[in-house]
Amino acid sequence: MRTFYQRLFPWRYLFQWLNHSPTPTNDFAHREFAFTLQNDAYLRYQSFVTSDLLRKDVLRLMPSRFEIGPVYTANPRDRKTMRNSTAFKPLAKELCFDIDLTDYDDIRTCCDKANICNKCWRFMTMAIKVVDAALREDFGFNHIMWVYSGRRGAHAWVCDKKARAMDDQKRRAIANYLEVLRGGAQSGKKVNLRRPLHPHLSRSLDILKTHFQDDVLEKQDPWRSAERADNLLKLIPDHQLAESLRKKWDSSPGRSSVLKWADIDTVAKTGASKNLDTLSLLEAKQDIVLEYTYPRLDIEVSKKLNHLLKSPFVVHPGTGRVCVPIDTGSLDEFDPLGVPTVQGLIQEIDAWKEPDAVEASQDSKNTLQDWEKTSLKPYIEQFRSFVITLMKEERSVKAKRERVEDPTSAMEF
Amino acid sequence: MIRQDLNRVDPKRRIVVDHRKTPFADPAYKESQYPHRLNFYATPPTADITLEQFEQWAIDRLRILAELEACSFRNKSPVETAAHMKPLLDKYLPLDTNSSSFTQLFAQRQKDHYSHFILRLAFSSTEDLRRRFTRVETMLFRMRLSGGDMRERAAFIQDLNIDWEPVSEEEKRKFAAELAATSAVFGKRQAQEEETWCKVDWMRVPELVEGRRVFLKGGKAYVPAREQQSMVVAEFTTRLEKALELTARALPRLDEDDRLTPILNHLSKNFITPDASYSGSSSAVDGAEITARNIDNLSQHFPMCMANLHRQLRRDAHLKHYGRLQYTLFLKGIGLNLEECLLFWRQSFSKITDDMFNKEYRYNVRHSYGDVGGDSNRRGGGYSPYSCQKILTEHPPGPGEAHGCPYRHFNMENLAALLQSTGVSDRGVLQGVKEDKGNQKFHMACNRVFEHVHKAELKRAKDDGVMTAAQLETIVHPNEYFKRSYLLKNMGKQPASQQGGSGDVKMEG
Ligand SMILES: [Zn+2]
Repeated sequence: MRTFYQRLFPWRYLFQWLNHSPTPTNDFAHREFAFTLQNDAYLRYQSFVTSDLLRKDVLRLMPSRFEIGPVYTANPRDRKTMRNSTAFKPLAKELCFDIDLTDYDDIRTCCDKANICNKCWRFMTMAIKVVDAALREDFGFNHIMWVYSGRRGAHAWVCDKKARAMDDQKRRAIANYLEVLRGGAQSGKKVNLRRPLHPHLSRSLDILKTHFQDDVLEKQDPWRSAERADNLLKLIPDHQLAESLRKKWDSSPGRSSVLKWADIDTVAKTGASKNLDTLSLLEAKQDIVLEYTYPRLDIEVSKKLNHLLKSPFVVHPGTGRVCVPIDTGSLDEFDPLGVPTVQGLIQEIDAWKEPDAVEASQDSKNTLQDWEKTSLKPYIEQFRSFVITLMKEERSVKAKRERVEDPTSAMEF
Repeated sequence: MIRQDLNRVDPKRRIVVDHRKTPFADPAYKESQYPHRLNFYATPPTADITLEQFEQWAIDRLRILAELEACSFRNKSPVETAAHMKPLLDKYLPLDTNSSSFTQLFAQRQKDHYSHFILRLAFSSTEDLRRRFTRVETMLFRMRLSGGDMRERAAFIQDLNIDWEPVSEEEKRKFAAELAATSAVFGKRQAQEEETWCKVDWMRVPELVEGRRVFLKGGKAYVPAREQQSMVVAEFTTRLEKALELTARALPRLDEDDRLTPILNHLSKNFITPDASYSGSSSAVDGAEITARNIDNLSQHFPMCMANLHRQLRRDAHLKHYGRLQYTLFLKGIGLNLEECLLFWRQSFSKITDDMFNKEYRYNVRHSYGDVGGDSNRRGGGYSPYSCQKILTEHPPGPGEAHGCPYRHFNMENLAALLQSTGVSDRGVLQGVKEDKGNQKFHMACNRVFEHVHKAELKRAKDDGVMTAAQLETIVHPNEYFKRSYLLKNMGKQPASQQGGSGDVKMEG
């Protein structure tokens, strides 16, 4: 683990990402870091002027993970010496999202709890597509980074300046705008949407339709058993129709979810219910698709400016996997189980050295960083280009502002 | 005299004025003129008032705000709240329209203006007070905005100069489907082609965004022109929040010996949080055995939200985070001490090892009691038990979670099943609960069940005249439910002095 933080962790890019500039600013220096130590002690309000100081402390304390919090009005370490406590408060933080597969336990059949496989990771894939589209198209955010959480979920970091400056009310507005499934274990139908569907929901439904067919009906087969099929029947608004379906399925046990889903329309057409309301059936079916595919966000993470979230590239202590960024350009190919592990990476560095000693020339070896010798390379490169784009925009925004504030340009008004 | 004081306690005045960039060079103009019934309170008052006026006006406004907050805790609808508030407003804080023949417009508006600013001083000291003050002031503003004269409202809004950009015909055609999908939300009062729309930064209308009531494109919200009202309310909130922070920063400059300080302190103390009233042991019931092993027995006195958590806990030997938090704080509120509480959770989570328990759960329980955590958490003795308001509105339960309020978060079928399983099967009661739920009167449903379950005891208590007025008020806190239930069921088994116990618990400011 020490080797990982010493030689592989992208300190420089992490610094530039949070600092929004190559030279140190308060965006980094007043940023809270929190360490979870090996003995489970939790150290909050850590802060560092440079990435090197952060690195040193991580190596000294060897936390099992560290989290990133908001930028404060003052250095978090000085918060107790400040004259009045109201002057110390959070100013800015990326808008964050957290999606965890354990929240899908009532609809996934392949795994439960902390376990995941490529079948249920598809839920994550569709969730990312839906949330990413809304953040970009609806809210106009551009700098969105998705990160694998190391075990069973993903985080999003929305880094646009506008997003970082949002107060809790605005964060809550976005969180609730995105939230569709309401209610706990006992609330019955979890999706209850008014019609016509809001444009965000029509678009989401379009994205999710094929996933529902392929990833839910076929791969998860959520209603094969009579018990689970009961969950489906409860969501059908027409009682007579539901009863006919129940009879049909009772007589052919083990009928697949694909067939059962198709049965709804087939049986409806045979006139099983005298006063069938076809529109309400169609709407109920849309609601069911959403209940089984729409992102289940841990919404509290998004609502608070001062919420902390695990840093990208930290190693998950349970799995040893690195929390790498997920490339939304090839989202469907992302394999959470193929993500580099700390043990694997260390071996890769060791393995790399030997052929090099024989083949490569002396100077080319010197220019290579350790991470470039490992399978972490594409992830760090992705992170680097994300950070560079972000910094470029911040620079141009800053330049524009300076021009506006410059009195000589007042003529423009 | 007071003029000086007001100026002294109000050093940020200039900042506010600058901030607003008022077009009026002469402040005296603003001072003497209240062109509108409504006020954004952008300019602090500067004229003389007496110390008596200072105090009386503040108390009158506080009465209104406290009553408004109580309405929201009881989940009254806007219409009911307006009806409830009308006589109080007429008495304590009347504001008539320009068109009214009333001659005291200036005096009314001056009192409204000054009292607002006095309370700003009293409630800017802590974040919690600021948040609550903003919330209730916004409620008051919203209520006044939606009442009143339409034309005067339009003139007021016009004067605010909030920038919104009209949506072009071309754009209207391009997004016809999207706009149609959201315009239905506002009621089909007009054919869609006739609708005028404006585009604003979505951050100006978080309330509309939150409810998916507007179409969003690239960060702009497309708002029907007639929804300007909620934008104005949002703008009011935003500006008040900012102003309060400025006030808070200026506060330490208030002299200790100032004659206003004791008044201000007194005012803010009278605005205590309902949640805080159940911190510590004040709500505990004397004579009851509040121990880990007695919780099963005591759970007969729990309101449905806690009884449900208890049942889930017994069924699964586990509860998720918010369930644990809600339940722990409730148990703390009934008087279970930290050691017993840790013992209770340890025994309840019977499927896990001690090691796992210590690692995953112990800290959070201790934190809730203020045994660990930051200075302020320890000083404050941890968190306060949740009120109904908090349970109803914060952290609605997600999949697999058992916290929240069953009257709100269960569907009717599951709620009926839960009630029946606890012995509430009276048809009339279930029907009443169903109606309450349908009308979003969750506390009514809960109180209805309470009255049903304690029917005999309540009758006896009334006959014997041992009920205090406070005990007949609507229950708006789970711990109050427990306390009343316990006392009623054990009437006569303990000293009489215990029976009026809940009368001394201050529910709202
Ligand atoms: Zn799986």
